[in-house]
Amino acid sequence: MNKQVTFKIWRTDENGGGKFVDYTTEITEGLVVLDVVHKIQKEQANDLAVRWNCKAGKCGSCSAEVNGMPKLMCMTRMDTLDITKPITIEPMRAFPSIRDLATDVSWNFRVKTKIKKFNPRPPDAADGTWRMMQEDVDRVQEFRKCIECFLCQDVCHVLRDHHKHEEFIGPRFLVYTAALEMHPLDTEDRLPELKQAQGIGFCNITKCCTKVCPEHITITDNAIIPLKERVVDEFYDPFGWLWKKIRPKG
Amino acid sequence: MATNYETHEFDVLVIGAGGAGLRAAIEASAAGVKVGLICKSLLGKAHTVMAEGGMAAAMGNVDDRDNWKVHFADTMRGGQYVNNWRMAELHAKEAPQRVHELEAWGAVFDRTKEGKISQRNFGGHRYPRLAHVGDRTGLELIRTLQDHGIHQGITVFMEYTIVSLLKDGDRVVGAFGYDRERGRFRIFKAKAVVVCTGGLGRAYRVTSNSWEGTGDGVSLAYHAGAELLDMEFIQFHPTGMIWPPSVMGILVTESVRGEGGVLRNKDGKRFMYDDIPENYKSQTSMDPEEGWRYTQNDKNAKRPPELLTRDHVARCINREVKAGRGSPHGGVFLDISWIKEKIPNSAEHIKRKLPSMYHQFMQLANLDITKEPMEIGPTTHYAMGGIRVNGDTQATNVPGLFAAGECAAGLHGANRLGGNSLSDLIVFGKRAGEFAAKYAKDNPAGTINDAQVEAAYKEAVEPFEHPAGSGSEGPYHVQADLQNMMQANVGIVRLQNEMEFALDGIQKLKARAAKVAVQGHLEYNPGWHTSIDLKHLLTVSEAITISALDRKESRGGHFREDFPDKDPEAQKYNSVIAKAADGSMKLRREPIPAIRDDLKQVIEEMKN
Repeated sequence: MNKQVTFKIWRTDENGGGKFVDYTTEITEGLVVLDVVHKIQKEQANDLAVRWNCKAGKCGSCSAEVNGMPKLMCMTRMDTLDITKPITIEPMRAFPSIRDLATDVSWNFRVKTKIKKFNPRPPDAADGTWRMMQEDVDRVQEFRKCIECFLCQDVCHVLRDHHKHEEFIGPRFLVYTAALEMHPLDTEDRLPELKQAQGIGFCNITKCCTKVCPEHITITDNAIIPLKERVVDEFYDPFGWLWKKIRPKG
Repeated sequence: MATNYETHEFDVLVIGAGGAGLRAAIEASAAGVKVGLICKSLLGKAHTVMAEGGMAAAMGNVDDRDNWKVHFADTMRGGQYVNNWRMAELHAKEAPQRVHELEAWGAVFDRTKEGKISQRNFGGHRYPRLAHVGDRTGLELIRTLQDHGIHQGITVFMEYTIVSLLKDGDRVVGAFGYDRERGRFRIFKAKAVVVCTGGLGRAYRVTSNSWEGTGDGVSLAYHAGAELLDMEFIQFHPTGMIWPPSVMGILVTESVRGEGGVLRNKDGKRFMYDDIPENYKSQTSMDPEEGWRYTQNDKNAKRPPELLTRDHVARCINREVKAGRGSPHGGVFLDISWIKEKIPNSAEHIKRKLPSMYHQFMQLANLDITKEPMEIGPTTHYAMGGIRVNGDTQATNVPGLFAAGECAAGLHGANRLGGNSLSDLIVFGKRAGEFAAKYAKDNPAGTINDAQVEAAYKEAVEPFEHPAGSGSEGPYHVQADLQNMMQANVGIVRLQNEMEFALDGIQKLKARAAKVAVQGHLEYNPGWHTSIDLKHLLTVSEAITISALDRKESRGGHFREDFPDKDPEAQKYNSVIAKAADGSMKLRREPIPAIRDDLKQVIEEMKN
């Protein structure tokens, strides 16, 4: 049952560069990639930097690129990989390196603070709370499954290849904005920022984000496209524009 | 000298950014004081995300017979009456407000048909009481607090570790720690410090806790002079994954049983019917059909025995396995797929009610829970014990030091009910933030003692000075030996001689831990971080073992094979641990204050 496997793991050096280092180890049945990384850390490289927490696909910490694919290491079973060849493990490439497999994802946390917070309408029930029907919250609940692993940000070519971090908030924060905009209680308008500073127009719907999402959120179809439609309706629809000018206020 | 370190100054410093820490930070900043928040991981990744089932709050949305009195009585019964009754009272009364507040901050709970927050059944709760979002309620809680908190002016330090609390005389006046990314040490000066560092499950080999659950806050507070309470009470959750080995310990939510899942041994027998404790007999159904109706919210049905308290279910599973009636990998079977006999489209129903569980087994074990039973076994889940606090203010016995959440003790007594943890975080997180802010407003800043800072620095970086190779070992080996020893000797079933062996073993491991060697440098070095966590694990393991040795009875999460019964006398005290003048760990039995008459009456009324 036990087999030898070789991992090529990205190790950074003191000068900010790095290279793949080979580690060969024995694996048993039922392991995931993160187990093998931990085994290597324990036995061969105590100082191998890797971020992880829950080991159950719920916290979104152990994001990395396994054989070039953005994955949660804790949810990638070894028996889904071809172990006759070396397996490469490298950090998310859309973010600056900290050390080895750990990347600096702080940009994501800064972006989030710039999105207008939830702003509910006043409570409508006599007991000071709200009533919402399950059908009305289903789509928001899909977006709220997000575990902030940032794999969607990693794979998005606008960020990864074109480095538009200053002009585009990326799929994660379009999902976040969609969850706020489609929240039945929310009263805020985030469309002007989406169009301008947050650059929704940069997304050209390649759906790579949807493909890598470990929570299977249909990012493009359910979040980004409806937001794009709202932006179009708000800013590019001449009839709509006219109607907004002449409609009775109230 | 201390001047070498960058210093940050706050009114209130919160250590830990799970549910309790975030809620405390939000409350303190809302009170108008300057707040710093230390996260051991990235913001929003704390172990709170793992909570699945829900948060208990007697809102009465699903069954209007529910109210705070029933919740209070349920919590006391679950805790087997050694709880801090004041905390149990405040918790039951305030949880509904705290849940509604989360909704006002953007949380999206599952709904009832009338559009209210839905509530589900859970072990030990008389009525459906857990507000929930599928089986990812903890994620909803932490994300809601995070997304609200980032607009509150709180200064967040991500991936920082605190190595020591700093004192000015008797009072805590700050903390000393480093950032994991670069290994730079910092001083955090604060008028009040709130410890919200969560659990200590990593003291055991099989645990549902993430790597962060190393008891840091309990250990930091203890070494700063705080008393620890009831450390012997550890909750072993009955249903952890046991196969494949890499997932051992990962939680299978109680909601599986709440939605109709049943436990069977290898002979297919529902063994939970064999042993129903006396004090739960009136609430438990002997009829499988009635039990099923209970899970489908029939108000007139009694609960199936699978939903008895966690300590009891865990021991029943242990008994089946020891008697040779276990599953192939040393657990028992948990089956939700059988409900296909009851409802059409059961596969879709299961996926909608238990999405994370479906996902978790599909992806990690390649098993479809809508078609096959799961193999499960007990896993170290929660510490009922922890830092001793004042029930109203969450203040410890050390001036300026507060604690809330899992690292604090009292609410849950000898055993926590499922769903009472998330509500604990928001009820007492809020209170800790409120009273820490008040303390900060009422007291001037203290003085940081340079010698303390230097000593803490030296101790933290010492593993780098130990020569690798001859005579020294890496921290991972010592940690693994500790976990195996605690698992085998201070686990779910305890014996005097085994625990004495463990206590002796802990002293030997302490000596080894003092000599561990770490390679490399200070930057993002997991070996080094483990060497620091290890000291905390040793402190909490010693406290657990000393307390467990002293309590010569079985109660809640503490089960002794040599004293298998409850001792009425032992219901009258809590175990309190404190550091003696000579630096050794000392235990004393502290009488539980007499319960208020009105609360006593509530308990009596609810016994029927």
